[in-house]
Amino acid sequence: MAEPVYRADVLVCTGTSCVSSGSVSVLDALHAELAKQGLEDEVRVIETGCRGFCAMGPVLIIYPDDIFYCQVKPEDIPTLVEETLLKGRVVERLVYQEPETHEAVPFYDDIPFYEKQNRIMLRNCGLIDPEMIDEYIVRGGYRGLAKALTEMTPETVVADVKASGLRGRGGAGFLTGLKWQFAQAAPGDVKYVVCNADEGDPGAFMDRSILEGDPHSVVEGMTVCGYAIGAHEGYVYCRAEYPLAIKRLKLAIKQAEEYGLLGDDILGTGFSFHLQVKEGAGAFVCGEETALIASIEGRRGEPRPRPPFPAVAGLWGKPTNNNNVKSYCVIAQIIEKGPDWFRGIGTEGSPGTAVFALTGKVRHTGLVEVPMGITVREIIYDIGGGIPDGKKFKAVQTGGPLGGCISEENLDLQVDFDSLRQAGAVMGSGGMIVVDEDTCMVEFCKYFLTFAVAESCGKCVPCRVGGRRMLEILTRITEGNGELEDIPKLEEIAAGMQSGALCALGQLTPGPVLSALRFFREEFEAHITDKRCAALQCESLISYYVNPAACKACGKCRKACPVQCITGDRKMIHIINQDECIKCGTCYSVCPFDAITKVSGQEFAVPTELIPVGSWQA
Amino acid sequence: MPKVGSVADLQILREQLQKDFSRRTDTNTVITVGMGTCGIAAGARDTMQAILEELDKRDITAHVQTVGCIGMCSREPLVDIEQAGKPRISYGNITRDRVPQLIEEHLIKGQVVEEWVVGKLQRD
Repeated sequence: MAEPVYRADVLVCTGTSCVSSGSVSVLDALHAELAKQGLEDEVRVIETGCRGFCAMGPVLIIYPDDIFYCQVKPEDIPTLVEETLLKGRVVERLVYQEPETHEAVPFYDDIPFYEKQNRIMLRNCGLIDPEMIDEYIVRGGYRGLAKALTEMTPETVVADVKASGLRGRGGAGFLTGLKWQFAQAAPGDVKYVVCNADEGDPGAFMDRSILEGDPHSVVEGMTVCGYAIGAHEGYVYCRAEYPLAIKRLKLAIKQAEEYGLLGDDILGTGFSFHLQVKEGAGAFVCGEETALIASIEGRRGEPRPRPPFPAVAGLWGKPTNNNNVKSYCVIAQIIEKGPDWFRGIGTEGSPGTAVFALTGKVRHTGLVEVPMGITVREIIYDIGGGIPDGKKFKAVQTGGPLGGCISEENLDLQVDFDSLRQAGAVMGSGGMIVVDEDTCMVEFCKYFLTFAVAESCGKCVPCRVGGRRMLEILTRITEGNGELEDIPKLEEIAAGMQSGALCALGQLTPGPVLSALRFFREEFEAHITDKRCAALQCESLISYYVNPAACKACGKCRKACPVQCITGDRKMIHIINQDECIKCGTCYSVCPFDAITKVSGQEFAVPTELIPVGSWQA
Repeated sequence: MPKVGSVADLQILREQLQKDFSRRTDTNTVITVGMGTCGIAAGARDTMQAILEELDKRDITAHVQTVGCIGMCSREPLVDIEQAGKPRISYGNITRDRVPQLIEEHLIKGQVVEEWVVGKLQRD
């Protein structure tokens, strides 16, 4: 039977974020409704990868009208099908609304979240069906590989990648072309191409989204690399916690092999390249290249001292090129469009774009791709929509648990590898966590440090012992037992780790603490000297009081208190017994009159015995 | 799946696939079918199906859109054709049997079928 002639495409995001917000049931409802209305042969449903606008998921786009629907529920589907697909009308309540003006923005291209973005690495994500190689090919896929194999020599490929100025998107920012050159120059018949997809930073999902949304771009980039350095085998090291990414990647490899775009004699040129997926068990340290290589070999995932670098002696002792997912996925476009095209985007020192997973206290969490050189303010306010609930911006953490934070005074900093490093943060792989005034920076550092300490492989002393000691000091400070000498002590241990640890994990673990000390030192000091946590987050340093001027003696707090430490009576101002209070905050959340007050490092005047409502005088 | 044996094969494959993807890219032609209750009652679903078949048969890339009632219910099914740089033409009473002639005259020969026209809209 001939393929039906469709008049419209409905793209439903089935990336992990939208799946968790319910896109699978939306998809089922859509198929059912289309069948009911007899539209199956007119309207085609396509499952795509991540569109980036995860805060608004599940998202759905209708072509050719370009209508963008967000937060779609299965029960919305009948209306949507009848109105939009049958009658061509926009369903206003499902379109994106400007948070400030509540103005509806029905068309994809007009949404401010996308306006300032420049999608190169994510160019296909959310636009094509990642499980269909044909869709990748229509969008120009495998043209870069074809050009490299037929019109270029391995040397000119390396020269082009070098000339493009592409820097490793895994975080370190090393020149990709130079890395390739080393691997190319290394003697040996057997070489390997490795892709690092062991994305482990809390709150980061850039690599996952690319593998889920556009797996062929990585396959193609790795194949070009194989041709350039003279390798015939490659491995994608992807963490097993990314089942959808692994499934789509394996499918992409299979489809590319069937077309002869991967495997033996690619495109009839005689060049052969085979690709395998290695699932990692999720140890954070395996994102470090030597630990990653050890893990592929079946050994314990531990880093080793370099040199020799993997370009000389990597996987099974052979020359190996290792890059991040984002570095590989842009290669084919650089080959096809030329290094000058890539250089034309971004800044002089850091050409191209950066992909960030924007999370935390920001209105539009999601995946964004911006040209290097954009300011932090533009990312957070123009794209991210600013801080929700009228709160004040405090800091943004880049580079995850091994990165650093940037404070308000640096909001106009232009983002690239070098400027972030100068500001004490790092580009990292692309995590960007925004925090508002309600976040305690000491607690925030403690969170990242807890993660890094748990993930230390334990091989070298600075990382194993240093991280733990720093965590103990931070814990002490948040519990109100800190001493002023603790701050220089933290800095001393940090310096020891930075210079003495074996790999980047240990060297960068103190980063968040050091950058927080740089911008928020007075907050650490207030915890130590005044026993005060200004953000009212450190449990040991806060107290709850009933504000006697606001209490209406409704008794709700008294009933809700799990340890019965609130005394009160009808028409009598309630009192919290400070000695018994466990600071659970239940009274704070149940009080209908906002009469429960949270304070830190200060006294709050309250009556010592029960007095009638309205009789309190301070 | 057939092997893509050469760079030329890859190019041919890409061109073959292009049509299938055209709904998500720009075409210069938009055909709009009135799909209000009035349109559907007058057979607009059938008209649209005929348009899709005709476009496919003649290998024309165009977007086919649906809209609700625009008020001229007595002349349904209404079909508008808009091409870049030309005025938007509304045709009335376009039943299935009129579709091949409409497509042939308007899209292939570039001539407006005056006898079926109910209105013209000049874009500014």
